Amino acid sequence: MSKVLVVVELGDGKLRAHSLPGITAGQQVAASLSAELHLLVLGASPQAAAEAIAAEGWGAKTVHVAAHAGLEPFTAEAWADAIVVAARAIGPTAIGGTATSTLRDALPRAAALLGAPLAPEVTGVKGPRIFSREVWAGRALAELAMEGDLFFFTARASEFAPAQPGGAAASVASVDGVAANQRGVQVLSIEKTQSARPALTEAKVVVSGGRGMREGANFRVLEELTDLLGGALGASRAATDAGMVPADLQVGQTGKVVAPNLYIAVAISGAIQHLAGMKGSKVIVAINKNGEEPIFQIADYGLVAKWEDAVPRLTELIRARKG
Amino acid sequence: MKILVTVKRIPDPVEPPKFAGGQLDTATSKWVQNEFDEYGIETALRLAEVGGGTERLAEVVVLSICPPGKRDHVTNFLAMGANRAVVVEADDTTLDAQSIAQLVAAVFRKEACDLLISGKLSQDGESNELAQRVAGLLDLPQATFAAQVTWDRSGNALQVAREVEDGVETKRVPLPAVLSVDLRIVLPTSVRNGATPENHPYPDKPRLASLRGITMAKTKKVEVLKPADLGVTVGCAVQTRSVVAPPKRQAGKLVASVEELVEKLATEAKVL
Ligand SMILES: Cc1cc2nc3c(=O)[nH]c(=O)nc-3n(C[C@H](O)[C@H](O)[C@H](O)COP(=O)(O)OP(=O)(O)OC[C@H]3O[C@@H](n4cnc5c(N)ncnc54)[C@H](O)[C@@H]3O)c2cc1C
Ligand SMILES: Nc1ncnc2c1ncn2[C@@H]1O[C@H](COP(=O)(O)O)[C@@H](O)[C@H]1O
Repeated sequence: MSKVLVVVELGDGKLRAHSLPGITAGQQVAASLSAELHLLVLGASPQAAAEAIAAEGWGAKTVHVAAHAGLEPFTAEAWADAIVVAARAIGPTAIGGTATSTLRDALPRAAALLGAPLAPEVTGVKGPRIFSREVWAGRALAELAMEGDLFFFTARASEFAPAQPGGAAASVASVDGVAANQRGVQVLSIEKTQSARPALTEAKVVVSGGRGMREGANFRVLEELTDLLGGALGASRAATDAGMVPADLQVGQTGKVVAPNLYIAVAISGAIQHLAGMKGSKVIVAINKNGEEPIFQIADYGLVAKWEDAVPRLTELIRARKG
Repeated sequence: MKILVTVKRIPDPVEPPKFAGGQLDTATSKWVQNEFDEYGIETALRLAEVGGGTERLAEVVVLSICPPGKRDHVTNFLAMGANRAVVVEADDTTLDAQSIAQLVAAVFRKEACDLLISGKLSQDGESNELAQRVAGLLDLPQATFAAQVTWDRSGNALQVAREVEDGVETKRVPLPAVLSVDLRIVLPTSVRNGATPENHPYPDKPRLASLRGITMAKTKKVEVLKPADLGVTVGCAVQTRSVVAPPKRQAGKLVASVEELVEKLATEAKVL
């Protein structure tokens, strides 16, 4: 039986939440090919994590373990080596996972080493070897067919529901002869943006601010609204470039793609590159002082107002309603 | 030091895409350079030049894979300040990323370059895979999604701040290496070569070609090759079955007050 291999990531020794949409995509690819789902866990000593993941099932046949000291911290160089070794040992038809910065770094490198094509950031599985994806900043929808004995895919997190644990436990197998050469690179530091809020791509509510917020301190008002709604904070490129908020809060073609139940865009004009990252949201609210801005063409509810007046009042009314 | 910078020719992303017969219709498109590649050439030039002066620390070579006779985008990069160009003549719209990567890797080897700089993304195809593939094929270290680069000339290495999922990773890569650049690489203090004064007034965007640059560009060397000259057999293992317009989102309504907005969100949209 053919196999679909999904690469998952660990954080604090556990399966990372952002890997779950990739498992769902892998399940769909496996179903379309009548193939088995296999998972691949990489790290310095990921055995315990792999066993816990295998016990949870996830619809997988086997959880493969690639263990090597050189796999932590993550480098694309070492991970691609290990993925190539695993691919040669396991013999999958497809290799994929969530389109995180990690897999978008490592999988194309591994694909090149194996001479395989890749379907990047797919939004749907349309049939055996057939995927949909957005191109042109979300203004065109392409359908791709992948050829060859092996192909790769990465799945856009906002388009696949997180996989749920369950089903029969998977077996655990180790990948022999794992190579992991970092090619002389050194990871000097990883500065994580500290936040108690949910991850931008997983939040049910996203409140984003743009250039019209003028300075970082003014985001305080948006943070209050965000926290009241239990959401995540986002921003336009103009706001992140200006250093008002950290770069990893950017929503758009080159930032995160989000699809929450509620997206509130404050002082954002609605450039196509921004829309590419949020137009899949269920309900979009725009607050902008200029009623002519393109953001109003896709907003479900538009309010022409200055944020200075509108946002504090909005927070106050919602707080009153929540009691 | 020799820096290779890739540039892709794309239909102008400012114009809305047109569709015909279930495919993109680019017959009347204006073609321009991919904006991320402008960030790439700007990065290369900031590494190469000693701010303000005429001294150069590196040679900057531009590379594009594009159809014969369609290389205005390459001339633009020569006008911005690249030293010379290599053009591989092929209709890149019919090739897959692996073929493009093989061609880029072959030119990198032939030229014995020290650094490849590519954009992180093409604005039309949005694959985000070229740099990673080339690094794999050349067996070189890679630093993708670069937001800041510092060149350690005595150590023959780059220190690169990369934009990752939930923050910033700093990676040191020995040269030769492969880099892909993200948006913030063009902010005024993002590129450091250890020779340009720290306070050199770079703008927050790629430079425009000067009149002198435009005149000079015509005299600069452009080597034209075919894939076969590089010993590469190209192909495509990804078939585009269709490209269509996405479903259009209906514009909603304007509300008159914050009170009305909250009311609508609670009772109509039911998201509060
Ligand atoms: C290759 C490329 C990739 C890009 N990728 C992205 C991306 O991923 N994400 C992204 O966001 N952008 C991206 N951009 C940039 C994009 O084109 C826009 O420049 C950017 O989104 C504009 O941000 P903005 O809406 O905050 O700023 P502006 O367009 O300047 O809009 C500011 C808005 O604030 C409003 N305003 C001002 N004061 C107030 C006030 N007091 N109260 C209420 N409203 C007010 C104004 O009316 C205006 O609408 C990209 C661009 C390129 C070329
Ligand atoms: N035909 C091409 N010629 C030169 N460079 C290219 C070509 N196609 C892609 N690239 C480079 O690859 C980068 C990433 O593109 P992509 O992987 O297609 O998203 C671009 O920014 C270009 O620098």
